[in-house]
Amino acid sequence: MSAFRLPGRGRIDVARPVAFRFDGKAMTGAAGDTLASALLANGVHLVGRSFKYHRPRGLLGAGVEEPNALMGVDRGPGRHTANVRATTIELHDDLTVETQNRWPSLGFDLGAATNLLSPLFPAGFYNKTFMWPRSAWETLYEPAIRRMAGLGKAPHAIDPDRYTARHDFVDLLIVGAGRAGIEAALAASASGERVMLIDEQPELGGKLLANPARWDWLAGALTRLDDAGVVCLSRTTAIGLYHDGFVGAVERLTDHLPPATATGPRERLHRIRAARIVLATGAIERPLVFADNDRPGVMLASAARTYLHRYGVAVGKRVALMVTHDSGYQVAFDLAEAGIGIAAIVDSRPDLDPSLKARASDLGLELIPHAVVIGTHGAKAVTGITLAPLGSRQVRKIACDALLMAGGWTPTVHLWSHGKGKLGWDEALGAFVPEGEMDRVTCTGACAGAIDPGHGVHAEALWSPRDPASFKAFVDLQNDVTARDIRLAVREGFRSIEHIKRYTTNGMATDQGKTSNLNGLQVAAGALGNTAPQVGLTTFRPPYTPTTFGALAGSAKDALFQPTRKTVIDSWAHAQGAVFENVAQWRRARYFPRASEDMDAAVARECRAVRTGVGMFDASTLGKIEVVGPDAAEFLNRMYTNPWKALAPGRCRYGLLLGEDGFIRDDGVAARLADDRFHVTTTTGGAARVLGMMEDYLQTEWPDLDVWLTSTTEQYAVIALQGPRARDVIAPHVEGVDLSPEALPHMAYAEGRICGVPMRLFRVSFTGELGFEVNVPAGHGLAVWEALWAEGQRHGITAYGTETMHVLRAEKGYIIVGQDSDGTLTPDDAGIGWAVGKKKLDFVGRRSLARPDMLLPDRKQLVGLLTDDPHYVLEEGAQIVDVPNAPVPVPMIGHVTSSYHSPTLGRSIALAVVAGGRARIGETLFVPMADKTHRVTVSEPLFYDREGARLDG
Amino acid sequence: MTRFSAATLLAKAIGHHKGWPAQWPDAAPKPSYDAVIVGAGGHGLGAAYYLAKKHGITNVAVIDKGWLGGGNTGRNTTIIRSNYLYDESAFLYDHAVKLWDGLSQELNYNVMYSKRGVLMLAHNVHDVQSFKRHIHSNRLNGVDNEWLTAEEAQAYCPPLSIDPNARHPVLGAALQRRGGTARHDSVAWGYARGAAALGVDIIQNCAVTGIRRGADGAVEGVETERGFIATRKIGVSAAGNSSVLMDMAGLRFPLESFPLQALVSEPVKPFFPCVVMSNTVHAYMSQSDKGELVIGAGTDAYVSYSQRGALHIVEHTLAAICEIFPVVRRMRMLRNWGGIVDVTPDRSPILGKTPVKGLYVNCGWGTGGFKATPGAADLLAWTIAKDEPHPINAPFNLDRFRSGRLIDEAAAAAVAH
Ligand SMILES: Cc1cc2nc3c(=O)[nH]c(=O)nc-3n(C[C@H](O)[C@H](O)[C@H](O)COP(=O)(O)OP(=O)(O)OC[C@H]3O[C@@H](n4cnc5c(N)ncnc54)[C@H](O)[C@@H]3O)c2cc1C
Repeated sequence: MSAFRLPGRGRIDVARPVAFRFDGKAMTGAAGDTLASALLANGVHLVGRSFKYHRPRGLLGAGVEEPNALMGVDRGPGRHTANVRATTIELHDDLTVETQNRWPSLGFDLGAATNLLSPLFPAGFYNKTFMWPRSAWETLYEPAIRRMAGLGKAPHAIDPDRYTARHDFVDLLIVGAGRAGIEAALAASASGERVMLIDEQPELGGKLLANPARWDWLAGALTRLDDAGVVCLSRTTAIGLYHDGFVGAVERLTDHLPPATATGPRERLHRIRAARIVLATGAIERPLVFADNDRPGVMLASAARTYLHRYGVAVGKRVALMVTHDSGYQVAFDLAEAGIGIAAIVDSRPDLDPSLKARASDLGLELIPHAVVIGTHGAKAVTGITLAPLGSRQVRKIACDALLMAGGWTPTVHLWSHGKGKLGWDEALGAFVPEGEMDRVTCTGACAGAIDPGHGVHAEALWSPRDPASFKAFVDLQNDVTARDIRLAVREGFRSIEHIKRYTTNGMATDQGKTSNLNGLQVAAGALGNTAPQVGLTTFRPPYTPTTFGALAGSAKDALFQPTRKTVIDSWAHAQGAVFENVAQWRRARYFPRASEDMDAAVARECRAVRTGVGMFDASTLGKIEVVGPDAAEFLNRMYTNPWKALAPGRCRYGLLLGEDGFIRDDGVAARLADDRFHVTTTTGGAARVLGMMEDYLQTEWPDLDVWLTSTTEQYAVIALQGPRARDVIAPHVEGVDLSPEALPHMAYAEGRICGVPMRLFRVSFTGELGFEVNVPAGHGLAVWEALWAEGQRHGITAYGTETMHVLRAEKGYIIVGQDSDGTLTPDDAGIGWAVGKKKLDFVGRRSLARPDMLLPDRKQLVGLLTDDPHYVLEEGAQIVDVPNAPVPVPMIGHVTSSYHSPTLGRSIALAVVAGGRARIGETLFVPMADKTHRVTVSEPLFYDREGARLDG
Repeated sequence: MTRFSAATLLAKAIGHHKGWPAQWPDAAPKPSYDAVIVGAGGHGLGAAYYLAKKHGITNVAVIDKGWLGGGNTGRNTTIIRSNYLYDESAFLYDHAVKLWDGLSQELNYNVMYSKRGVLMLAHNVHDVQSFKRHIHSNRLNGVDNEWLTAEEAQAYCPPLSIDPNARHPVLGAALQRRGGTARHDSVAWGYARGAAALGVDIIQNCAVTGIRRGADGAVEGVETERGFIATRKIGVSAAGNSSVLMDMAGLRFPLESFPLQALVSEPVKPFFPCVVMSNTVHAYMSQSDKGELVIGAGTDAYVSYSQRGALHIVEHTLAAICEIFPVVRRMRMLRNWGGIVDVTPDRSPILGKTPVKGLYVNCGWGTGGFKATPGAADLLAWTIAKDEPHPINAPFNLDRFRSGRLIDEAAAAAVAH
């Protein structure tokens, strides 16, 4: 057993040794240790280097408040975690940790040179310099600053661990399983309510764990909670309190286990919705501010007590205490009773509690009232302190190997603050406590300021006979913010605490100011000549402690990041060797290459097949909305630009949807199935948006309309058959529908059966050829597709993908919303003004269409473009000018929206929007690319079958 | 004003830095000013600075309900770029980027403008078309923006995953090399110090509660928590609260205010060299000089004036970040906060005169106005001084929502950060 382990003390299993590696050195601790307690047991005080000055640092605390002891924990490839507090690392076999932000070693760190230059680097120094010469900021200064900054190692490999999440719904959530939290849980446990008690530590009990006198009670209470069915979660941190009783909490599942035995997810996010929340988050002890208070061995008194009682570890052999608060005495007494030497108790107060005085003298402890520590000695560990009576220069030195600070207590009000709870100043505590009420949330115990921790004074910084501007007295240890930095900020006009925080970075380190906020505030108040409550506190932000990205991202990764929507025919396309593309959330077959074909060759073949024979296309991704009800036609009439009331059942119409601004939002064909029923289709990407928009209008603007909307996108598989022989393919399989052009002309709709299953049949075309869109229940989609594919073999049927669909529709000048239009085109701009019901009194966007700018002749209008060089395919997105080689900024009059090689025409074609384009048909314009300017001729946006005769085949 | 330089820093170090004066005095309101700016964010403070510096109008107050720079200026993720699509926007943002260059010297305050490049990822054919359109348009407008293949993008930003089997594979990226970041607080402080040195009063913790108008309709002054302040010219630059202020003058503005969240990780050593944005996966990230990853995404989906958001937005944001940069999955979120952004129907700002005489407005910057700070400030000052818009901000008038002459960047680019 090491020299600092105390036999017979602690809650841990000293008999079970645990081997670990610290900066490459093999060491042994005990089962139940934290890394921090194990290091102390090994006599290690130097555990880190500070952010800015690379000062040697030791442990300050024993919990999540720890600012100094940040470690890189290595659990194998991809499993390196930076900046983990030694006080929260549970010791286990094979634990491998290394210290950070030092080079070449923790003991000898060249970065410490900055400490010598520190007079040049006060708070805000970077605002004042590095400005000359101008270019050096980027080439010299910033790169140097970046290299110096940062704490832990940057990540470089992918984390193989899994993360999971769940939702919890409880009547009562209690955060913090110290005495107050456990009592709250006990009180509620009889009620039959669903109660959940969570705590960030591996063991429930909070501060009771450092109080052996209460251990029996604790054990009994936990058994009772268990019996009552209270859900108790340890290693679970409430990271934030959100609206309406919502708390996010993260449970750590495997980090405490040896890597070899850890299975299952590493962390679990709990999304807890609670009817009531009790915050019992306790309080954190406050350090004291004096010169060189950052030397390893200077720590919180309460931490020493925790190390003693919980881990059976002595923080030193000869321990001094600097107290401004009674709570430090109990620590001194406990240490003394454990046989640890007490060098002295220095108390800044002149008048001490007689009972404490008596107890100290009983134990033979030297008590030095009305005095303060004004400095510490030692290189990498404290070896002694200098103290002086208040107001005197008669300094005295005392040797010690640890110095404990007892500066009072700060209630942990973070979660209360997240919920925008008000805080009030408690003069006795010298701290802010929750004030007023919050829906669903109450505070109890130390967090509410309801536990009397004893008396104390709450000095800003300890008095010193020296000029306070001449030494470093740290407030924020990790960020190296000193009291004089804060005073400098105030001197420079930073008067608000938020300004001071930002200027000095006080409280912005990875501990988020758990030990520095209040001290910073008090130093600032002193400098401002204000009281602490007048200065106020900075806002607490979630999370309470740093939270793994993976835990928040959860299982939403890789394929589950966003589920890929696939049609029922996708597997067939895959088997055929289709090349896919992502369209919105869907994956769609883009083309079906044969043998060595590239995309152009495959598309050319597919296009020819449709124009001369028959092609087959999976159109299932089109959005579908069933609009039903007595007012269905009226509703569509108001939503879409087109007139719907006169549309007869059994007929289809191309529908155009605008936004309030009059610009095209979506389009699609809709069929009237019956007087009160429409089958509306939308673009693939627009389906959810359109349904949302319809619901919005229906529920908020026209609640009087009797209409129901149902998304049926995934209920139907849609098989498009396009080409002169399309009818031949389906005819043998269709029952109950007369397919003749007379009975079922272009834009007609019929219901019947195909291959024995119910069918909704649309005679529509997005290719300009004779076309049918066969809608069958999705479950039958693949079978029908395969049957029609087999049938089609006799007709040379060819499967085609989205790329061919694009080319074919471009040859016909059919727009794709979102490609040829971009949210700035009106129906007239897009050349589809005919789709706007001229006699209609109203529809969404109608008023905007009458705005003056919408009527200007120079609006961008959809046109066709033909390049001089028929083989050159313009780049989509290329800009169009009317004067070639103009100087920058070049006036642009439009851009290319769609551009392909047209196999049908044997040349390139493009669609474009051009200012006043329709009046420019026949004119020559220019497309200036980086290397060359291309000449183009403006044409109608229609390149094939101008009369539309093929549609009627 | 004490000039900042390495030499003064050295000199003051000898005196333990006791010799530094206040960077700006905390002014009390005077009864009247030639112009009052409402909102001491970067935009408002900058406008006061340029009013004094370029237009000689120094009897100016900047009034804020809180502490200066505490609004979106101090909450944003500081992405700066100007590769916008439309001429109007490109000129507006590029005006700002030109001012960013040299702003540290202009203010004698290091605002740490860092041209580390902004990379925007294309994940599908539609993105590619849209980005190419931006690149061509930018080239012809003289704004730098170039196309990178996926491999080139990864070479520029090594932590980027370009796995072709990813759910949203990277097909390429648009890179603006002049884009980057700056230190937000320093911008506010630098302008505050510069303006104060020229005689501007900066009045903090003084909410404007009313705008007083005379019989002719023109403004006469502002009511504040600390009394009435007379002025004939009011410039409102109040970001998320702009519509509330315009309402005080009897104007209903086409603005909606949404919470927008951001977060940072714990600091680690530098490994992430630039800014990367993905509109399709919906997140963006950079690494600060301190080593923190700075991360953001889209707005919360409801209107609100409360400066906090919901956890599920953070979950989505980090899922997206881990998807594009899988190596960061084990990093840890340190701080998460929200601001209130004011969004117009076409996602472009409103910067110019209002129907009320003497009332000028600069609002609607939504999720992307930090980058415009020096430009917007300069143009607001011009507009106030001359009582007419500068040609660059003339198109960004209120009337466009009546006339229909919108400048809809979002329509082409989905989100505009
Ligand atoms: C989380 C987040 C991330 C962002 N990321 C980016 C980014 O990466 N890049 C980018 O370019 N932009 C970004 N933005 C947007 C950017 O922050 C803003 O557009 C910009 O800062 C606006 O500056 P401002 O000076 O107009 O506003 P603000 O800084 O908000 O200033 C407005 C001021 O008006 C004050 N005020 C309001 N009402 C009153 C009143 N009644 N009386 C007196 N004063 C009042 C407020 O207190 C506030 O200080 C982001 C915004 C947020 C919230």
